[in-house]
Order: sequence, then structure tokens, then C-alpha cells
Amino acid sequence: MRAFQILIDGFAISALYALGATGFTLIFGVSGVLNLSHGAIMVAAAVAAWAAASVLNVGTYAGALIGVAVALLTAFATYFAVVKPIQDSRRIPNEEKEIFVLTGTLLWGIMIQELIAYFFTNNAKTVLPIVEGVVEILGVRTPKNEIFTAIVCCLVIALLWLLVNRTRTGKAVLAASMNPRGVTLLGLELTNIYIVVWAIYGILAGIAGVLLGMFLGVSSYSVGPLTASAFSIVVLGGLGSVSGSLIAAFVVGYLETLTAYLVSPAYRTIPALLLLVFVMYIRPQGLLGRR
Amino acid sequence: MNKALSGALRSAFGAAAASVVLAASNAAFAADPIKIGVIAEAQAIAGASIPQAAQLAADEINASGGVDGRKIEIIGYDNHSSSADSVRAFQRAVNEDKVNVVIASYISEVVLALEPWASRLKTPFVTPGAASNEISKSVHADYEKNKYTFHGYLTSAALALSVCDGAKDLLVDKLHMKTAVIMSEDAAWTKPLDVGYEECLPKVGLKVLDHIRFSPDTTDFTPIFNKIEGAKPDVIITGISHVGVQPTVQWKNQQVPIPMFGISSQATNETFGKDTNQAAEGVLYQGVSGPGVAVTPKSVPFAENFKKKFGNYPSYAGYTAYDEVYYIADAVKRAGSTEADRLVDALEKTDWEGTIGRVQFYGKDDPFTHSIKYGKGLITGLMLQWQDGKQSAVWPKDVAKVDIKFPSFIKLSN
Repeated sequence: MRAFQILIDGFAISALYALGATGFTLIFGVSGVLNLSHGAIMVAAAVAAWAAASVLNVGTYAGALIGVAVALLTAFATYFAVVKPIQDSRRIPNEEKEIFVLTGTLLWGIMIQELIAYFFTNNAKTVLPIVEGVVEILGVRTPKNEIFTAIVCCLVIALLWLLVNRTRTGKAVLAASMNPRGVTLLGLELTNIYIVVWAIYGILAGIAGVLLGMFLGVSSYSVGPLTASAFSIVVLGGLGSVSGSLIAAFVVGYLETLTAYLVSPAYRTIPALLLLVFVMYIRPQGLLGRR
Repeated sequence: MNKALSGALRSAFGAAAASVVLAASNAAFAADPIKIGVIAEAQAIAGASIPQAAQLAADEINASGGVDGRKIEIIGYDNHSSSADSVRAFQRAVNEDKVNVVIASYISEVVLALEPWASRLKTPFVTPGAASNEISKSVHADYEKNKYTFHGYLTSAALALSVCDGAKDLLVDKLHMKTAVIMSEDAAWTKPLDVGYEECLPKVGLKVLDHIRFSPDTTDFTPIFNKIEGAKPDVIITGISHVGVQPTVQWKNQQVPIPMFGISSQATNETFGKDTNQAAEGVLYQGVSGPGVAVTPKSVPFAENFKKKFGNYPSYAGYTAYDEVYYIADAVKRAGSTEADRLVDALEKTDWEGTIGRVQFYGKDDPFTHSIKYGKGLITGLMLQWQDGKQSAVWPKDVAKVDIKFPSFIKLSN
């Protein structure tokens, strides 16, 4: 009974982590950007979905779509207002650009967080679930919303796989992550590829944010922990490796759930962080890292 | 010019000048406002009502002529729920903005950080919403030093008593419940609360089966509810303030069949319904007042005026902050001064019927020195329940408007 409970709850949370981390790792893989405003973008999506559905009463589906749209816009804003100017700058030496991008996106994330707290308070918001009610699975009373979350996450990740491996645009993205110079030699505009990647990222982060808002709820305080969890999952899986991130997401998700059930909910995140330190020690490139 | 004449002229001139100066300084004294610094969590559900309610009280007092002709001026500071920001705000309020009194915060950690500053800067300080027993215990332990701090809200010990008194009538006598699990967040104010719960729940007839304390950072409450369900209690007794929306929504989404009863600070604010998408339905919480509840003749007019001005009903800390501005004004009037020690003396003698009941403070010899007195005829608190998207009083009988009822997923075991 408890084993099934852990199996079911762990799956939903892991799938959500996987979705959140996939976009994050994709951006790094293709453009070398570690986007520390990741958590802020997810929270913006969830709060926008909440505001649209609960304050403006546009309905659950429209609310969710608005949430994803807001994430997409915020992702573009992050790229055009923060990342691109730093990358294009001639005054910043190339070897320092990474650290500028880190700092820039971190500050950008804090700005978004404070804006959300200012306009919507720092109390948690929860997005009205698209499906309500509960079902019994293997004797475990499971909210339908939890199953919905898991299914959507898996579907979106599958779609992403198809996009990357089966379409021309996707193949260009994949190529850019392997060798950016080679792609430009083939006559593809690297900037266009970046825009595509940021669009994919915005949609992924938006869906993850809205689902998180439905499943657990978010507040402006979630910004830091969400960025940190995506960051540790991606580092654990190997920076830039999508499949590594997927595996790491499930490892972290289940480790947290096991701890919460078997030890104490208060120590939930500790074993996963210890594992991260341990992996860094014996395998600095992460589980499936390339470098 | 004749010397005598010039001397007379000069002295007349001098007298006139002196009287002008005197009159001016008198006028300045009369117009000198009473400055109240309000340090609060402007971005949190419970804290946002504090500066708003204080301003409302000040506006009302000023509209009726102020205190002996002196206006009340509220100077607000947003502390971002941080102790460090609060301490800086306190220093600035006293040293630069020259406030006479400070009203601050609903978070015990913040108030405990400010208490020594009230002593150092010798500035009377009242909290509208923190609960930790330690606040007034420190005043008792070192009265001369800490006498500047007043606890304008119930201590955790009193809150536990209030919840137990309500639980006896509503849960034990009416619904024949026998067992409970305590679920509280890990914070300064819940330590004495839990001690109080452990002590008073068995006395009213509720056996405590388990006691779960969780980190205020918790986002996924599934394992917690699961553990509670495993213990099969009749009721969950809550002690939550930093969290509120997330456990409530997950309680409903997971259809946990056990009612929640106790302290849930966020539930005291009207926006809680919207923030939880009405998952709050059926939640029972302790309050000092509530919309439409005539605890005293002042309660309902205040709540309605607040709503008219700010668009929603106040949180619990709104009621207390509103009363505080009034009894501070009353104390200034009785003291005839804003001088700190005289104000402290006057505040100690407070006997003010506010929106939450009759406010008096425990004296020097009581272990909870300077905390508001709990008991019949003073402040007892009440139990409210979210019903049909609104907060309704269900206990005690003299203010109760409706009977308790639960959403369909709640399975009462008796």
C-alpha cells in the first residue's frame, strides 16, 4: 500500500521535475546559457494562469493557455533584454560572458519575483485544476489532477523528442548543440536557432509552471527553490544532456518522495542534495554528461 | 530720539516678539502630530491588513479632531517578512522619522528581533499579530529593560486554550469526536502552541494520536496527509500561519476525509477563498473577530469600512492593529504626553473596548507581562468556518450565525 503510494506520487512529481528541467538543459546545450531566471518564469506562468482564471474568470483552459503564453513572452524577454545584449556586447570579454549571463539572469529573476510579490502578494496561489476529483489506483486515493499532470508531462516530453529528432528545425537545433560553427557553415542563421530554442524553452517552462500551480501551488518564494532544483537536476544528469536530465529528474523525484514518506517530510530535499555532492565527487560531468 | 521712549519702544517690541515666538511654539506644539511607525509584511495575506487598518483608525481619529488637537500620523515600512529589514526599519523610524510608538509585524521571529531594539531605543512597541509566549515572558523576566514591548495579540498559550475551548463545544460535545492529530509548521510561535495543544486537548476529551511538525518551506503535503490518515484521527488540529494556501488546496484535491480545525492565519483573510480557488470550504479556524461577527459593537462597522476602503475584509491582524491605534491614542491622552515612560505607564492601564473584545494587559507580576488578557468578558476568540465562499462564525454561541458543515469528501467517523 505505502509502496504503491510512493510509486504513484513519486512518478507525478518526477515527471513534473523532468519537464521543468528539460527546457533548462536544452538552452544550455544549444547556447551555453545557464538561465537563472528559470524559477521566476515558471512562477510567472502559474500566477498568470491563476490570475486569469480566478480574478478575470476566463475559465480553466483559457487561464492555462494564458499562463503558457506569459511564460513564452517572459522567455523571449529574457533572451532579447538580458542574454542577447550580453552575448553581443564588445565591451565584455568573451571569456567573461558566461558569468555576466549568470548574473544577468539571476537579477532578472529577482526582478520578476519582486514584481509578482508586489502585485499579487507573496502568498501561495493555486491554479484551478483542469480535472478535479479522485480515483483509486491500486488502493491509493489519487487526485485525477495528479494523473493528468503526469500524462501531460510525458506527452510534452515525447513531442519534444519527435520535434528534435524528426523535424528539420529540430535537427538544426541538435546540430547547433553539437557544433555551432558547423551549423553556420551550412548556411543556417544561428540567431534563428536560438530564437527557436528559447521559444521551446518558454513553452516547456510555461507548461511546467502551470501544472505545478495546479498540483502543488506556487508563491513568489518558490522562485529560488525552483531554479535550484532545475539546476541540481541538470547538473546531476550532465549539463546539456536531455536524457541525462530526464533520468536525474526521476532519481531526484523518487529520492525526495521516499525521504518524505519513510523519514520525514521536513528532510525531503536533503538526500538528493547529498547525492548531487557525491556524484560531483566521483563523476564531475554528471550521469550522462559529455564533458 | 528720547532715550526713555526708545527704551519703552524696545521693550514693547521685545515683548511682542517674545509673545509671537511663544504663540508660534504653542501652535507648533498643538499641531505636532503623534507619529506611529507601522512595520509590516505588506506583501503577505495576514500582514497586508496591518498598515491599512492602522491608517483607517488614524483617519477616523483625525477626522474627529485628533488627540487634544494633535493629529495621528502613520508612517509605514514594508519589512518583506524579514527580521533584518524590520530592525533597520525600526531604527530608521525612531532615529530619523522620530516616531513615538511602533506597531509591528505578525511574525513572532520578527517581533522577537525587534523587542531588544524597543528596549535600547526606549520606544513603546506593540505587535498586532505575533503569538510566541517568549515576547511577553521576556518583559516579565526583565521588566525595567523590556517594559516598552506590548503584546497586542493572544499568546500561543492563550490561542491553544481558545482552540481547545472551541473544540470541546463543537467537536467533542456536538460531533462526539475522540481523537486528534496535531499538524503544525516549525516556527517560534508553534512551539508553545503545541505544548498548549498537547496539554489541553486531552483535557477536553480529544486524545492526541500523533504530532506532525513540518518545515514552513514544504510544498508537497501528500506525505503529511497520508501519515495523518494512517493514524485515523477524527480531526486534524492545525497550527499554520506561514503556510495556508497549499495545505488547504491539497487537502481538498486529495479529498482527505478528515476535517481541519485550529489556527490557520491565512484563512482569516477574505482573499484566502480566491487564493485557494474556494478549496477553503469547510476549513475551521480560530479568529479574534470576523466579517459580520459582532464581538463588540465596533467589530462590524470596522470590518465594513475596511472593506469599503480596501476591497476586502481585514485579516486577524487588521482588527488588532486598528484597536492598537485607538488605545495608543487613548494612552497618549491619559498620559498627556508622548514621552516613552509615561506612555508605557498609560498603556499598562489600558481598558479599551475594541473590535476584538475588551483589551487589558497582564501586569508586572503575571508571567505574560504586557500580553492582552484572555478570558470571558475580555477576549475569548472565536471559531469561524469557510462556508459557501464566506467566513462565518460558528462559536461561541452568542456570536455564532450558522452550524458547522463540511464538504462531501469529509467523512465524520461518529
